[in-house]
Amino acid sequence: MQIFAKAFLGAALATLAACATPEPGQNFADPYEQRNRKIHEMSKRMDTNLLRPAAMAYGKTVPDPVRVGVANVASNLSLPSTVLNGVLQAKPELVVNNTFRFVINSTVGIAGIFDPAAKMGLTKQDADFGGTLHVWGAREGAYLQVPVLGPSTERDIVGKAVDAVTNPLSLMFPPQAIPVTRGIKVADVLGDRYRFDNTISSTLYESADSYAQLRSVYLQNRRYELGMSAVADETAYDDPYAETAADPYSDPYADPYAALE
Amino acid sequence: MSEFIMTRRGFTVSAVAALIAHAVPAFALDQAGASRLVGTVVDSINSVIASGKSEAAMIAEFERIFIQYSDVPTIARYALGVDARSASAAQMGLFTTAFTGYISRKYGKRFREFMGGRLEVQSAKPVKSFYEVRTLAHIPGSTPFDVTFLVSDQSGKDLFFNMFIEGVNLLLTERDEIGAMLDQRRGDLDQLIVDLKKAG
Repeated sequence: MQIFAKAFLGAALATLAACATPEPGQNFADPYEQRNRKIHEMSKRMDTNLLRPAAMAYGKTVPDPVRVGVANVASNLSLPSTVLNGVLQAKPELVVNNTFRFVINSTVGIAGIFDPAAKMGLTKQDADFGGTLHVWGAREGAYLQVPVLGPSTERDIVGKAVDAVTNPLSLMFPPQAIPVTRGIKVADVLGDRYRFDNTISSTLYESADSYAQLRSVYLQNRRYELGMSAVADETAYDDPYAETAADPYSDPYADPYAALE
Repeated sequence: MSEFIMTRRGFTVSAVAALIAHAVPAFALDQAGASRLVGTVVDSINSVIASGKSEAAMIAEFERIFIQYSDVPTIARYALGVDARSASAAQMGLFTTAFTGYISRKYGKRFREFMGGRLEVQSAKPVKSFYEVRTLAHIPGSTPFDVTFLVSDQSGKDLFFNMFIEGVNLLLTERDEIGAMLDQRRGDLDQLIVDLKKAG
Protein backbone atom coordinates (compact mmCIF):
# COMPACT_ATOMS: atom_id res chain seq x y z
CA MET A 1 0.00 0.00 0.00
CA GLN A 2 2.67 2.47 1.02
CA ILE A 3 4.93 1.62 -1.87
CA PHE A 4 1.99 2.08 -4.19
CA ALA A 5 1.20 5.43 -2.62
CA LYS A 6 4.80 6.59 -3.07
CA ALA A 7 4.89 5.49 -6.69
CA PHE A 8 1.58 7.20 -7.26
CA LEU A 9 2.80 10.38 -5.64
CA GLY A 10 5.86 10.42 -7.90
CA ALA A 11 3.69 9.99 -10.98
CA ALA A 12 1.28 12.62 -9.69
CA LEU A 13 3.99 15.22 -9.19
CA ALA A 14 5.36 14.49 -12.64
CA THR A 15 1.88 15.07 -14.09
CA LEU A 16 1.53 18.33 -12.21
CA ALA A 17 4.80 19.63 -13.59
CA ALA A 18 3.06 19.56 -16.98
CA CYS A 19 -0.06 21.37 -15.73
CA ALA A 20 -1.94 23.76 -17.99
CA THR A 21 -1.64 27.48 -17.31
CA PRO A 22 -4.31 30.13 -18.01
CA GLU A 23 -4.40 31.94 -21.37
CA PRO A 24 -3.51 35.64 -21.11
CA GLY A 25 -6.49 37.61 -19.80
CA GLN A 26 -8.14 34.54 -18.27
CA ASN A 27 -7.96 33.67 -14.61
CA PHE A 28 -8.38 29.95 -15.17
CA ALA A 29 -7.25 27.36 -17.69
CA ASP A 30 -9.90 25.26 -19.41
CA PRO A 31 -8.23 23.58 -22.39
CA TYR A 32 -10.56 20.55 -22.06
CA GLU A 33 -13.73 22.63 -22.19
CA GLN A 34 -15.41 20.56 -24.91
CA ARG A 35 -14.90 17.28 -23.10
CA ASN A 36 -15.70 18.92 -19.75
CA ARG A 37 -19.01 20.20 -21.09
CA LYS A 38 -20.00 16.70 -22.24
CA ILE A 39 -19.19 15.28 -18.81
CA HIS A 40 -21.09 18.15 -17.20
CA GLU A 41 -24.22 17.30 -19.25
CA MET A 42 -23.81 13.67 -18.23
CA SER A 43 -23.49 14.66 -14.57
CA LYS A 44 -26.61 16.80 -14.84
CA ARG A 45 -28.58 13.86 -16.24
CA MET A 46 -27.26 11.70 -13.41
CA ASP A 47 -28.32 14.33 -10.90
CA THR A 48 -31.80 14.63 -12.42
CA ASN A 49 -32.40 10.90 -12.66
CA LEU A 50 -30.53 9.49 -9.70
CA LEU A 51 -28.80 11.75 -7.20
CA ARG A 52 -31.48 14.39 -6.66
CA PRO A 53 -34.42 11.92 -6.37
CA ALA A 54 -32.40 9.76 -3.96
CA ALA A 55 -31.38 12.82 -1.93
CA MET A 56 -34.97 14.07 -1.75
CA ALA A 57 -36.18 10.66 -0.60
CA TYR A 58 -33.39 10.51 1.99
CA GLY A 59 -34.12 14.04 3.22
CA LYS A 60 -37.85 13.42 3.52
CA THR A 61 -37.73 10.01 5.18
CA VAL A 62 -34.77 10.45 7.53
CA PRO A 63 -35.44 12.93 10.34
CA ASP A 64 -33.24 15.98 10.64
CA PRO A 65 -31.35 15.01 13.84
CA VAL A 66 -30.37 11.67 12.27
CA ARG A 67 -29.14 13.40 9.12
CA VAL A 68 -27.08 15.80 11.23
CA GLY A 69 -25.65 12.81 13.15
CA VAL A 70 -24.69 11.06 9.90
CA ALA A 71 -23.05 14.23 8.58
CA ASN A 72 -21.14 14.55 11.87
CA VAL A 73 -19.90 10.95 11.68
CA ALA A 74 -18.79 11.48 8.07
CA SER A 75 -17.02 14.69 9.04
CA ASN A 76 -15.35 12.95 11.98
CA LEU A 77 -14.12 10.12 9.76
CA SER A 78 -12.48 12.66 7.45
CA LEU A 79 -10.40 14.12 10.30
CA PRO A 80 -7.44 11.67 10.32
CA SER A 81 -6.78 12.52 6.67
CA THR A 82 -6.92 16.27 7.44
CA VAL A 83 -4.42 15.74 10.28
CA LEU A 84 -2.04 13.93 7.92
CA ASN A 85 -2.30 16.79 5.41
CA GLY A 86 -1.90 19.33 8.21
CA VAL A 87 1.44 17.67 9.03
CA LEU A 88 2.48 17.73 5.36
CA GLN A 89 1.50 21.41 5.14
CA ALA A 90 3.33 22.25 8.39
CA LYS A 91 0.20 23.65 10.06
CA PRO A 92 0.60 22.67 13.72
CA GLU A 93 -2.49 24.54 14.87
CA LEU A 94 -4.69 22.60 12.44
CA VAL A 95 -3.02 19.31 13.43
CA VAL A 96 -3.66 19.90 17.14
CA ASN A 97 -7.18 21.26 16.57
CA ASN A 98 -8.33 18.37 14.38
CA THR A 99 -6.59 15.72 16.50
CA PHE A 100 -8.42 16.94 19.60
CA ARG A 101 -11.64 17.15 17.60
CA PHE A 102 -11.23 13.55 16.51
CA VAL A 103 -10.44 12.29 20.02
CA ILE A 104 -13.23 14.26 21.73
CA ASN A 105 -15.94 13.62 19.14
CA SER A 106 -15.06 9.93 18.76
CA THR A 107 -15.41 9.40 22.53
CA VAL A 108 -17.58 12.03 24.23
CA GLY A 109 -19.40 12.59 20.93
CA ILE A 110 -20.16 8.86 20.62
CA ALA A 111 -18.32 7.78 17.45
CA GLY A 112 -18.69 11.28 16.07
CA ILE A 113 -22.50 11.42 16.09
CA PHE A 114 -22.37 14.59 18.16
CA ASP A 115 -19.95 17.49 17.91
CA PRO A 116 -19.07 18.55 21.47
CA ALA A 117 -15.63 19.72 20.25
CA ALA A 118 -17.19 22.59 18.28
CA LYS A 119 -18.86 23.85 21.46
CA MET A 120 -15.41 23.90 23.06
CA GLY A 121 -14.17 26.14 20.25
CA LEU A 122 -12.53 23.40 18.21
CA THR A 123 -14.33 24.01 14.92
CA LYS A 124 -13.41 21.94 11.91
CA GLN A 125 -10.50 23.02 9.76
CA ASP A 126 -10.21 21.45 6.34
CA ALA A 127 -7.11 20.14 4.66
CA ASP A 128 -6.66 17.80 1.73
CA PHE A 129 -3.83 16.68 -0.47
CA GLY A 130 -4.82 19.11 -3.22
CA GLY A 131 -4.17 21.82 -0.64
CA THR A 132 -0.90 20.15 0.33
CA LEU A 133 0.22 20.23 -3.30
CA HIS A 134 -0.74 23.93 -3.38
CA VAL A 135 1.37 24.59 -0.27
CA TRP A 136 4.24 22.71 -1.91
CA GLY A 137 3.99 25.07 -4.87
CA ALA A 138 1.94 23.09 -7.40
CA ARG A 139 -0.22 25.18 -9.71
CA GLU A 140 -3.94 24.67 -10.08
CA GLY A 141 -3.67 23.31 -13.61
CA ALA A 142 -6.61 22.88 -15.94
CA TYR A 143 -10.22 22.94 -14.80
CA LEU A 144 -11.78 19.49 -14.99
CA GLN A 145 -15.26 18.05 -14.86
CA VAL A 146 -14.89 14.56 -13.50
CA PRO A 147 -17.62 11.90 -13.82
CA VAL A 148 -19.36 11.32 -10.46
CA LEU A 149 -16.94 13.58 -8.54
CA GLY A 150 -17.94 16.79 -10.31
CA PRO A 151 -15.80 19.91 -10.69
CA SER A 152 -12.08 19.72 -9.96
CA THR A 153 -8.71 20.78 -11.30
CA GLU A 154 -5.65 18.83 -12.40
CA ARG A 155 -4.01 19.51 -9.03
CA ASP A 156 -7.08 18.70 -6.98
CA ILE A 157 -7.95 15.46 -8.74
CA VAL A 158 -4.42 14.20 -8.08
CA GLY A 159 -4.94 15.30 -4.48
CA LYS A 160 -8.19 13.37 -4.24
CA ALA A 161 -6.55 10.20 -5.55
CA VAL A 162 -3.66 10.53 -3.10
CA ASP A 163 -6.06 11.15 -0.21
CA ALA A 164 -8.00 8.04 -1.17
CA VAL A 165 -4.94 5.76 -1.02
CA THR A 166 -3.25 7.37 1.98
CA ASN A 167 -6.32 7.72 4.23
CA PRO A 168 -5.18 6.78 7.76
CA LEU A 169 -8.68 5.40 8.40
CA SER A 170 -7.65 2.20 6.62
CA LEU A 171 -5.11 1.63 9.42
CA MET A 172 -7.69 2.29 12.15
CA PHE A 173 -10.47 0.05 10.94
CA PRO A 174 -10.54 -3.60 9.80
CA PRO A 175 -11.36 -4.09 6.11
CA GLN A 176 -14.85 -5.31 7.07
CA ALA A 177 -15.67 -1.77 8.20
CA ILE A 178 -15.13 -0.31 4.72
CA PRO A 179 -18.74 -0.85 3.51
CA VAL A 180 -19.97 0.95 6.65
CA THR A 181 -17.72 3.99 6.23
CA ARG A 182 -18.60 4.11 2.52
CA GLY A 183 -22.29 3.91 3.34
CA ILE A 184 -21.94 6.85 5.73
CA LYS A 185 -20.13 8.81 3.03
CA VAL A 186 -22.90 8.16 0.51
CA ALA A 187 -25.57 9.16 3.04
CA ASP A 188 -23.60 12.32 3.76
CA VAL A 189 -23.51 13.21 0.04
CA LEU A 190 -27.28 12.66 -0.17
CA GLY A 191 -27.78 14.81 2.91
CA ASP A 192 -25.75 17.66 1.42
CA ARG A 193 -27.58 17.41 -1.90
CA TYR A 194 -30.86 17.65 0.04
CA ARG A 195 -29.79 20.54 2.29
CA PHE A 196 -28.36 22.66 -0.48
CA ASP A 197 -31.02 21.73 -3.02
CA ASN A 198 -32.06 25.34 -3.70
CA THR A 199 -28.52 26.51 -4.39
CA ILE A 200 -27.41 23.42 -6.34
CA SER A 201 -30.59 23.10 -8.41
CA SER A 202 -30.69 26.79 -9.27
CA THR A 203 -27.06 26.65 -10.44
CA LEU A 204 -27.54 23.45 -12.43
CA TYR A 205 -30.99 23.97 -13.89
CA GLU A 206 -31.72 27.69 -13.92
CA SER A 207 -28.41 29.21 -15.06
CA ALA A 208 -28.03 30.44 -18.61
CA ASP A 209 -24.78 28.47 -18.77
CA SER A 210 -24.63 26.04 -15.87
CA TYR A 211 -21.19 24.78 -16.93
CA ALA A 212 -19.66 28.28 -16.74
CA GLN A 213 -21.47 29.10 -13.47
CA LEU A 214 -20.31 25.91 -11.80
CA ARG A 215 -16.75 26.47 -13.03
CA SER A 216 -16.75 30.03 -11.68
CA VAL A 217 -18.27 29.15 -8.30
CA TYR A 218 -16.08 26.07 -7.83
CA LEU A 219 -12.82 27.84 -8.63
CA GLN A 220 -13.66 30.89 -6.51
CA ASN A 221 -14.59 28.76 -3.52
CA ARG A 222 -11.61 26.44 -3.92
CA ARG A 223 -9.15 29.33 -4.16
CA TYR A 224 -10.77 30.84 -1.09
CA GLU A 225 -10.27 27.56 0.82
CA LEU A 226 -6.62 27.63 -0.15
CA GLY A 227 -6.28 31.23 1.04
CA MET A 228 -5.76 32.74 -2.40
CA SER A 229 -8.92 34.80 -2.94
CA ALA A 230 -9.60 38.51 -2.47
CA VAL A 231 -11.08 37.74 0.93
CA ALA A 232 -7.63 36.50 1.97
CA ASP A 233 -5.71 39.20 0.13
CA GLU A 234 -7.49 42.53 -0.03
CA THR A 235 -5.32 43.90 -2.84
CA ALA A 236 -7.05 41.41 -5.13
CA TYR A 237 -10.47 43.03 -4.66
CA ASP A 238 -11.98 44.41 -7.83
CA ASP A 239 -13.09 48.01 -7.19
CA PRO A 240 -16.02 48.93 -9.46
CA TYR A 241 -15.73 52.57 -8.37
CA ALA A 242 -12.09 52.73 -9.41
CA GLU A 243 -13.13 51.28 -12.77
CA THR A 244 -15.64 54.08 -13.24
CA ALA A 245 -12.99 56.64 -12.47
CA ALA A 246 -10.73 55.45 -15.29
CA ASP A 247 -11.96 53.66 -18.41
CA PRO A 248 -14.61 51.53 -16.76
CA TYR A 249 -14.31 48.55 -19.03
CA SER A 250 -10.83 48.69 -20.40
CA ASP A 251 -10.30 45.28 -18.84
CA PRO A 252 -13.57 43.89 -17.56
CA TYR A 253 -12.06 40.50 -16.91
CA ALA A 254 -9.15 41.85 -14.94
CA ASP A 255 -7.78 38.96 -12.98
CA PRO A 256 -8.92 39.37 -9.39
CA TYR A 257 -6.24 36.89 -8.38
CA ALA A 258 -3.43 38.46 -10.40
CA ALA A 259 -1.85 39.98 -7.31
CA LEU A 260 -1.27 36.50 -5.97
CA GLU A 261 0.57 34.97 -8.90
CA MET B 1 -32.54 39.72 17.02
CA SER B 2 -29.08 39.31 15.62
CA GLU B 3 -26.14 39.73 17.85
CA PHE B 4 -23.27 41.94 16.78
CA ILE B 5 -19.95 41.66 18.41
CA MET B 6 -17.00 43.70 17.27
CA THR B 7 -14.14 41.33 17.84
CA ARG B 8 -11.49 43.53 16.30
CA ARG B 9 -11.08 47.26 16.43
CA GLY B 10 -8.04 48.05 14.33
CA PHE B 11 -9.11 51.55 13.42
CA THR B 12 -6.96 53.32 10.85
CA VAL B 13 -7.46 57.03 11.22
CA SER B 14 -5.21 58.00 8.33
CA ALA B 15 -7.08 55.77 5.91
CA VAL B 16 -10.38 57.33 6.92
CA ALA B 17 -8.90 60.80 6.56
CA ALA B 18 -7.68 59.88 3.09
CA LEU B 19 -11.15 58.62 2.27
CA ILE B 20 -12.76 61.90 3.37
CA ALA B 21 -10.30 63.94 1.33
CA HIS B 22 -10.79 61.68 -1.66
CA ALA B 23 -14.53 61.23 -1.81
CA VAL B 24 -15.85 64.37 -0.10
CA PRO B 25 -19.16 62.71 0.73
CA ALA B 26 -21.99 64.31 2.69
CA PHE B 27 -20.83 62.24 5.63
CA ALA B 28 -17.76 60.08 5.74
CA LEU B 29 -18.11 56.34 5.85
CA ASP B 30 -16.15 54.83 8.66
CA GLN B 31 -15.60 51.44 10.15
CA ALA B 32 -18.46 51.71 12.62
CA GLY B 33 -20.78 53.02 9.90
CA ALA B 34 -19.87 50.16 7.59
CA SER B 35 -20.62 47.50 10.19
CA ARG B 36 -23.76 49.38 11.23
CA LEU B 37 -25.00 49.23 7.64
CA VAL B 38 -24.40 45.49 7.49
CA GLY B 39 -26.17 45.13 10.86
CA THR B 40 -29.18 47.07 9.61
CA VAL B 41 -29.40 45.00 6.43
CA VAL B 42 -29.12 41.74 8.34
CA ASP B 43 -31.78 42.83 10.85
CA SER B 44 -34.13 43.86 8.03
CA ILE B 45 -33.66 40.54 6.27
CA ASN B 46 -34.11 38.59 9.51
CA SER B 47 -37.38 40.35 10.24
CA VAL B 48 -38.65 39.55 6.72
CA ILE B 49 -37.81 35.87 7.25
CA ALA B 50 -39.44 35.90 10.70
CA SER B 51 -42.59 37.57 9.34
CA GLY B 52 -43.73 34.27 7.85
CA LYS B 53 -45.22 36.06 4.84
CA SER B 54 -45.80 34.34 1.50
CA GLU B 55 -42.81 33.87 -0.78
CA ALA B 56 -44.05 36.58 -3.18
CA ALA B 57 -44.43 39.06 -0.31
CA MET B 58 -40.97 38.19 1.02
CA ILE B 59 -39.42 38.72 -2.41
CA ALA B 60 -41.10 42.15 -2.65
CA GLU B 61 -39.71 43.01 0.80
CA PHE B 62 -36.26 41.81 -0.20
CA GLU B 63 -36.37 43.98 -3.32
CA ARG B 64 -37.16 47.00 -1.13
CA ILE B 65 -34.19 46.20 1.15
CA PHE B 66 -31.90 45.63 -1.83
CA ILE B 67 -32.82 49.03 -3.34
CA GLN B 68 -32.52 50.83 -0.02
CA TYR B 69 -29.17 49.50 1.14
CA SER B 70 -27.18 48.61 -1.97
CA ASP B 71 -25.69 50.61 -4.80
CA VAL B 72 -27.96 49.11 -7.45
CA PRO B 73 -26.76 51.18 -10.47
CA THR B 74 -23.10 50.25 -9.82
CA ILE B 75 -23.97 46.58 -9.28
CA ALA B 76 -26.08 46.45 -12.46
CA ARG B 77 -23.41 48.21 -14.52
CA TYR B 78 -20.72 45.83 -13.28
CA ALA B 79 -22.92 42.79 -13.96
CA LEU B 80 -23.52 43.93 -17.53
CA GLY B 81 -19.76 44.24 -18.06
CA VAL B 82 -18.42 45.46 -21.41
CA ASP B 83 -21.91 45.76 -22.86
CA ALA B 84 -22.69 48.60 -20.45
CA ARG B 85 -20.33 50.75 -22.51
CA SER B 86 -22.43 50.56 -25.68
CA ALA B 87 -25.80 50.69 -23.91
CA SER B 88 -27.87 53.90 -24.09
CA ALA B 89 -28.95 55.66 -20.90
CA ALA B 90 -32.51 54.45 -21.51
CA GLN B 91 -31.33 50.85 -21.93
CA MET B 92 -29.21 51.12 -18.76
CA GLY B 93 -32.25 52.37 -16.83
CA LEU B 94 -34.45 49.53 -18.06
CA PHE B 95 -31.71 46.98 -17.51
CA THR B 96 -31.12 48.20 -13.94
CA THR B 97 -34.81 47.87 -13.08
CA ALA B 98 -35.11 44.42 -14.67
CA PHE B 99 -31.87 43.30 -13.00
CA THR B 100 -33.13 44.45 -9.57
CA GLY B 101 -36.25 42.32 -9.91
CA TYR B 102 -34.24 39.34 -11.15
CA ILE B 103 -31.79 39.50 -8.22
CA SER B 104 -34.63 39.88 -5.71
CA ARG B 105 -36.47 36.83 -7.03
CA LYS B 106 -33.34 34.72 -7.40
CA TYR B 107 -31.96 35.33 -3.91
CA GLY B 108 -35.28 36.07 -2.19
CA LYS B 109 -36.40 32.52 -2.95
CA ARG B 110 -33.45 31.18 -1.00
CA PHE B 111 -34.06 33.02 2.26
CA ARG B 112 -35.51 29.98 3.91
CA GLU B 113 -32.07 28.37 3.86
CA PHE B 114 -30.96 31.02 6.35
CA MET B 115 -33.88 30.64 8.71
CA GLY B 116 -32.84 30.57 12.34
CA GLY B 117 -29.40 31.84 11.43
CA ARG B 118 -27.56 34.99 12.36
CA LEU B 119 -24.57 36.95 11.11
CA GLU B 120 -21.95 38.05 13.57
CA VAL B 121 -19.76 40.99 12.54
CA GLN B 122 -16.09 40.05 12.97
CA SER B 123 -14.23 43.04 11.66
CA ALA B 124 -14.48 46.09 9.45
CA LYS B 125 -11.54 47.72 7.74
CA PRO B 126 -10.82 50.17 4.92
CA VAL B 127 -9.65 48.59 1.65
CA LYS B 128 -8.94 50.62 -1.48
CA SER B 129 -11.83 53.13 -1.77
CA PHE B 130 -14.27 51.12 0.34
CA TYR B 131 -14.80 49.08 3.50
CA GLU B 132 -14.68 45.36 3.99
CA VAL B 133 -17.04 44.02 6.67
CA ARG B 134 -16.39 40.43 7.58
CA THR B 135 -19.11 38.42 9.23
CA LEU B 136 -19.50 34.86 10.36
CA ALA B 137 -22.78 33.16 9.44
CA HIS B 138 -24.15 30.83 12.08
CA ILE B 139 -26.78 28.55 10.63
CA PRO B 140 -28.22 25.64 12.59
CA GLY B 141 -26.56 22.39 11.57
CA SER B 142 -23.69 24.05 9.65
CA THR B 143 -20.12 24.88 10.52
CA PRO B 144 -20.01 28.71 10.77
CA PHE B 145 -18.88 30.22 7.46
CA ASP B 146 -17.54 33.55 6.20
CA VAL B 147 -19.78 36.13 4.60
CA THR B 148 -17.96 39.31 3.60
CA PHE B 149 -19.66 42.55 2.56
CA LEU B 150 -18.08 45.43 0.67
CA VAL B 151 -19.49 48.84 1.54
CA SER B 152 -18.87 52.16 -0.21
CA ASP B 153 -20.05 55.75 0.14
CA GLN B 154 -19.07 56.82 -3.37
CA SER B 155 -22.69 56.99 -4.44
CA GLY B 156 -23.19 59.68 -1.76
CA LYS B 157 -24.68 57.22 0.72
CA ASP B 158 -23.31 54.25 2.66
CA LEU B 159 -24.34 51.33 0.48
CA PHE B 160 -23.05 47.84 -0.06
CA PHE B 161 -22.01 46.77 -3.53
CA ASN B 162 -20.66 43.25 -3.22
CA MET B 163 -20.87 40.18 -1.06
CA PHE B 164 -18.68 37.09 -0.80
CA ILE B 165 -20.00 33.82 0.58
CA GLU B 166 -17.05 31.55 1.37
CA GLY B 167 -15.02 33.31 -1.25
CA VAL B 168 -17.71 33.27 -3.93
CA ASN B 169 -18.03 36.80 -5.30
CA LEU B 170 -21.68 37.43 -6.07
CA LEU B 171 -20.93 40.38 -8.37
CA LEU B 172 -18.54 38.31 -10.46
CA THR B 173 -20.88 35.31 -10.47
CA GLU B 174 -23.74 37.49 -11.71
CA ARG B 175 -21.52 39.07 -14.36
CA ASP B 176 -20.74 35.56 -15.64
CA GLU B 177 -24.45 34.71 -15.64
CA ILE B 178 -25.61 37.94 -17.35
CA GLY B 179 -22.79 37.50 -19.90
CA ALA B 180 -24.01 33.96 -20.67
CA MET B 181 -27.61 35.19 -21.01
CA LEU B 182 -26.47 37.91 -23.38
CA ASP B 183 -24.47 35.41 -25.46
CA GLN B 184 -27.55 33.20 -25.77
CA ARG B 185 -29.39 36.21 -27.22
CA ARG B 186 -26.51 37.08 -29.56
CA GLY B 187 -25.79 40.24 -27.59
CA ASP B 188 -29.35 41.61 -27.91
CA LEU B 189 -29.62 43.77 -24.78
CA ASP B 190 -33.28 44.70 -25.39
CA GLN B 191 -34.22 41.02 -25.54
CA LEU B 192 -32.20 40.37 -22.39
CA ILE B 193 -34.10 43.13 -20.58
CA VAL B 194 -37.45 41.61 -21.60
CA ASP B 195 -36.37 38.11 -20.49
CA LEU B 196 -34.75 39.31 -17.27
CA LYS B 197 -38.13 40.59 -16.10
CA LYS B 198 -39.26 36.97 -15.87
CA ALA B 199 -35.96 35.35 -14.86
CA GLY B 200 -34.77 34.45 -11.35
